[in-house]
Amino acid sequence: MLYREAGDFKSTYPSDNQTFPIRFDRYAYWALIGFAFLVVPFLLTDYWANSIVIPLLIYVIAALGLNILIGYCGQLSLGTGAFMAVGAYATFKLTTAFPWMPIYIVFILAGLVTAAVGVLFGLPSLKIKGFYLAVATLAAQFFLIWLFTRVGWFFNDSATGMISMPERTVFGVLVTGPAASAMAVYMTCLVFVVGMAWLARNLTRGTVGRTWMSIRDMDIAAEIIGVNPLIAKLTAFAVSSFFVGVAGALLFGVYLGAAEAGEAFGINKSFLVLFMVIIGGLGSILGSFLGAAFLIVLPVLLKVFLVDALGWPADLARHLEVMIIGALIVLVLIVEPHGMAALWRTAKEKLRLWPFPH
Amino acid sequence: MKMMKLAVGIAATLSVAAPALAQDLHFPMLNYRTGPYAPGGIPFADGYQDYLTLLNERDGGIGGVPIRLSECETAYNTERGVECYEGIRDDSPLVIQPLSTGITYQLIPRVTEDGIPMHTMGYGRTSAVIGDSFPWVFNYPANYWDGASVAINHLLEQNDGSLEGKKIVLVYHNSAYGREPIRTLETLAERYGFEFNPLAVDHPGQEQGSQWLQIRRERPDYVIMYGWGVMNAVAIQEAANIRFPMENFIGIWWSGSENDVLPVGDGADGYTALTFHGVGTDYPVYDEIQQYVVDAGMAAGNGDQIGSAVYSRGLYAAMLASEAARTAQEIHGVAEITPAMMRDGMEALSLTEERLTELGLPGFSAPFNVSCENHGGSGAAMLQQWDADTGTWSLITDWIDADRELVTELAAEDAAAYAAENGIESHCDM
Amino acid sequence: MSDTVLFAFEAAINGLTVGIMYSLVALGFVLIFKASGIFNFAQGVMALFAALTLVGLQEGAIPFAHLINATFGTSIHHFGFNIPTLIAIPLTIAVMVGFAWLVERIVLKHLVNQEPIILFMATIGLAYFLEGLGDIMWGAEVKRLDVGLPQGGNIWFEENTQWLGFGNENFYGFYIDTLNLYALVIAAILVTALVIFSQYTKQGRALRAVADDHQAALSVGISLRFIWVLTWSIAGIVALVAGIMWGSKSGVQFSLSLIALKALPVLILGGFTSIPGAIVGGLLIGVGEKLFDFFMQPIIGGATENWFAYMLALAFLLFRPQGLFGEKIIERV
Repeated sequence: MLYREAGDFKSTYPSDNQTFPIRFDRYAYWALIGFAFLVVPFLLTDYWANSIVIPLLIYVIAALGLNILIGYCGQLSLGTGAFMAVGAYATFKLTTAFPWMPIYIVFILAGLVTAAVGVLFGLPSLKIKGFYLAVATLAAQFFLIWLFTRVGWFFNDSATGMISMPERTVFGVLVTGPAASAMAVYMTCLVFVVGMAWLARNLTRGTVGRTWMSIRDMDIAAEIIGVNPLIAKLTAFAVSSFFVGVAGALLFGVYLGAAEAGEAFGINKSFLVLFMVIIGGLGSILGSFLGAAFLIVLPVLLKVFLVDALGWPADLARHLEVMIIGALIVLVLIVEPHGMAALWRTAKEKLRLWPFPH
Repeated sequence: MKMMKLAVGIAATLSVAAPALAQDLHFPMLNYRTGPYAPGGIPFADGYQDYLTLLNERDGGIGGVPIRLSECETAYNTERGVECYEGIRDDSPLVIQPLSTGITYQLIPRVTEDGIPMHTMGYGRTSAVIGDSFPWVFNYPANYWDGASVAINHLLEQNDGSLEGKKIVLVYHNSAYGREPIRTLETLAERYGFEFNPLAVDHPGQEQGSQWLQIRRERPDYVIMYGWGVMNAVAIQEAANIRFPMENFIGIWWSGSENDVLPVGDGADGYTALTFHGVGTDYPVYDEIQQYVVDAGMAAGNGDQIGSAVYSRGLYAAMLASEAARTAQEIHGVAEITPAMMRDGMEALSLTEERLTELGLPGFSAPFNVSCENHGGSGAAMLQQWDADTGTWSLITDWIDADRELVTELAAEDAAAYAAENGIESHCDM
Repeated sequence: MSDTVLFAFEAAINGLTVGIMYSLVALGFVLIFKASGIFNFAQGVMALFAALTLVGLQEGAIPFAHLINATFGTSIHHFGFNIPTLIAIPLTIAVMVGFAWLVERIVLKHLVNQEPIILFMATIGLAYFLEGLGDIMWGAEVKRLDVGLPQGGNIWFEENTQWLGFGNENFYGFYIDTLNLYALVIAAILVTALVIFSQYTKQGRALRAVADDHQAALSVGISLRFIWVLTWSIAGIVALVAGIMWGSKSGVQFSLSLIALKALPVLILGGFTSIPGAIVGGLLIGVGEKLFDFFMQPIIGGATENWFAYMLALAFLLFRPQGLFGEKIIERV
């Protein structure tokens, strides 16, 4: 019904290999981009922006990053929280040390710093695999957080160890600090999300992405056919950490505004992003969006529904919410172990063939 | 029917509730009754809620205007805290009590921008005592640096005015909160000539073997603790294990609740902690809470926290908030006050011995005044001691003053930096 | 003898005993991983849940009291009787067995043959569920757990080691926590029981057969589903033991579930599939982190234990990627 593919022929390879080979998908994509850039900014209230939309966009970037590592390269990591902290602290150090530096450059540099740190902690992956690697990445998680709370240089020796973001502007519009308008913050995040998603999509379908996937599917076989595991794994760690670092930089810079390593970037963050990737779908760009949306929007909706609408006590609602999220995670895995992206794929197949069943 | 309710619920979920007209006084609560610190959050929330319920039931609110309470669960998580704040921001909340140092730091710039007063009682950013730089943030009656100073003043008194050559160890939660007293204690160590050694305990603090082995080796004269959550109970247990004299072990007020000593059992007997409010239920107000709140079946939570140390703190916070609201009503001559009027009320708050007696809380708090320059109250605190047999805290000292000069001096530097960074202009008439 | 040697030795002894406490938690992980290849992240929460249930039963608290009160406006909290520890423990075990059965029924059955990471995520979902359930059932307050285990520095040990100082005035005998000594005994009993069970009983042998090869075991008529219920039940019992030991120390509260994080380095150091590995790994991690803290505390400051344990495990892994006692990873194309 939705998909009318008659007459949608491809006559060149590039057009057959494009991201959205179906015309309807392409239109939907452009419509969505247009909606996100031209309509949403004017509808956005502060509440929606700060409690749902902005965190959602930031976590999408983090999920994209982790998905590259886990979903495309098959390296399990539980150090996401710490890598986000690296991005955040790099942002803080760069903005305070070089006040003249434009803020978007700072965010990108923070991502690059994180990439370097990520490569360092990715080195063991050459030797260690599977869950052993996952637990080993926890070393990065705990060590980096300890470092950021311990060494005064990272937080400019402030009395409490908190870092806080000074105000910065882009084209004369304030994007960081509490006075920044929801619209400005939203647009900053959106530009990053669109850019990063575009980057992720094009990296993963090119040569780099193919070597990652060959390592994921079977690293020994990949090595035999000439893939260099050193380069493949470390580039995956670098690119993934870059994404995660930018997410951390944005989380601290435009969203939180003040942060403390242990509290804002603890191990719970690592798990949260991992959830997003797995619930959304491993090895899928769309999955990163869906997973982040599921885990950011759902708790808020559940809270509003249980507390404000049904009038439950806040603590009971919260316990119930934790149970529901846990149960839903298990449910999604049982129904479709490959995540929500796979559910969508199945649904799309059905829609394309509709009204015929097969 | 069920479907109807569900549908209505979903509809309400999607349309964020429109702010009610200001015919009541909105006191939001950012609680945490879940998560790793729930044992500390539950009694505070209960105390806060019960006192305000009492005012509603007994007096019909404050100055004749009913109080509306709203509860939001933060689970001690910063991002949830921000979400909670955004949810109530447009609903003219009179005073925000974030109950977490992390959330406090998030909210300081936001409340300053939005013009909503925030009260961080005994936690939060210490330099907010300098009201000139933090017009919307209050941390009376005492802060972390006051606590460190009171502890040292108490020890001075115990040792006839000299701590020369004594050894004092600080066991602290390795976070922004735990690190707060280090600078103060270092300054005091220089002044009084005692040896000072800070020992960090990482979150969550279930395993403190090496810290306490070190204390056993070094045999310090006193141990001060800035702990939180499970760390407190484990530290007290370990101290009991190495047979460290409990009366020489002083916790900050966040390390002085029943939750911290009860799991340890008899070993905790004699443990002392600071407190900036009275403890126990020997105050007339508790009879009224029993009559108007508990017996009416309106007690918050399980109703089993009444009289515990942190419950008293929640009650105290509620009392200070309602007193500030009353002051604001007097200043502005309006019953339905706005957040901005509430701020004026908080800044003009004056708590006297007579007023405390009127409220049914004689001697519950040290009398203090808040002013435009000083948002930090008196800084005085008492020591409470745990009696494991009866399972109660009892006060063992009178009010001990903090060295406010030192605290202000240390705070001024940070406050000035904050004001410069954020372009806050001096608003007090000096 | 000099202070440093004595105190380093003392730190090492304490590391050993604390290490056993870590091992107790790690054992549960190993059991489940061995039998079903599942990295069960819910083990920590299971320890919390078991301890909560035990305390709740002991105190005669009404499960879901808060929920019932909030729904029906009642005010009930206690049944009004206490259950003695010796009865409460078997009851708790029954609850854990019931939980194991439910997990198999509702979750594992549907996830047979999935990739390890999917199973891992499912256990995290399970951990969330159990965390919320535990709080709703028994409330989020701190509870005191007392099953009669003595605590405190062991005075006998202290007095009888004092001569080791050879007149050193700073030294007054080695400190050792009695509770940790009990943990040592309990761990020994537990491991012996597990070994006897898996070597000499029919079910135990079936369990080992499943651990070796699922399909072969299935083809000789071993019920995979029964074995899974069995391993999860045993893991539940181990969780209860860990919950009791750690809960006696700190009271039963949410943070108890975080002990899982202390068990993970033990696990990778010892190898996911080895019960002796869990014990040896625990000892190594315990000693390592205590000694590191002892020597490095003056230089880089304290609170290093959390990350050092992981770094130590990581260092071992670089030389033995399957952990000390893990099964050799054989890779074929």
